Amino acid sequence: MNPSPLLILLILSTLLFFIGMYGFLTRRNMIAMLMSLELMLNSVNINFIAFNKYLWPGNIEGLGYTIFIIAIAAAEAAVAIAIIINLFRNTRSIDAEDASQLKN
Amino acid sequence: MMDANLIALLTLSAFILISGILTVTTRRLFRAAIWLLFTLIGIAGLYFWMEVEFAAAVQIIVYVGGIVVLIIFSIFLTNQEGIHMPEALGRRKLFGLLAVLAGAGLTCMQIIARTWNNGDGSAYNPSVNKIGHLLVGNTPDSYVLPFELVSILLLAAMIGCIVIAMKSRPDEQ
Repeated sequence: MNPSPLLILLILSTLLFFIGMYGFLTRRNMIAMLMSLELMLNSVNINFIAFNKYLWPGNIEGLGYTIFIIAIAAAEAAVAIAIIINLFRNTRSIDAEDASQLKN
Repeated sequence: MMDANLIALLTLSAFILISGILTVTTRRLFRAAIWLLFTLIGIAGLYFWMEVEFAAAVQIIVYVGGIVVLIIFSIFLTNQEGIHMPEALGRRKLFGLLAVLAGAGLTCMQIIARTWNNGDGSAYNPSVNKIGHLLVGNTPDSYVLPFELVSILLLAAMIGCIVIAMKSRPDEQ
């Protein structure tokens, strides 16, 4: 018996989420951490669309939420990169361990 | 015997997962950005496979065309384009891997153990017309307020980015 597409999509998005989480836990470069975060956001988007298509196909609410998530992710990435660039100007480093001015 | 549709899905999934793993494990920052680009294109392909063309178009325009370019831009602005990132600490790698494997294993077990029903049998038709009515329609269950809030959020983020990135300390002169 063939596995259903929903099952494959859910397992794919789970694995992608935890790949992003692994990157977020092990990376120290802030831009690399931001990339891991994008992977996690994308895995959630896959889940929303897969649930919408296979479990509740009469409505398109899941797609609407995906569009909201993409818009918010774009705003988040822009603000994060502005903060990283400002931090680089002040400390000449974008290593998360070097941003310790608040720790005295 | 698997049909071609399923083989396409499995190929796309393998492409996404391999690019994703390389995104978080390669030690060159610029290559990580390019692998992220491939991952995002693969996810857009997945949306095409699910016949949600609007989401695929938004994915390509916003993520591939916007966020990846922004990330590459910031890599060059912070002079990191050629660097080799140091290897992660063994302890951090071990505990990260443990947490990730435990989480992924538990979640996959839950997904496989559950029986998923097959929806109500109606056809999934995400046309742009329906998306427009969902977001800014005049019915009580449309999402006009979240839509407007997102536009205000984007404006605030834009102004915030300019203010943060342009700030310079006067004692630096």
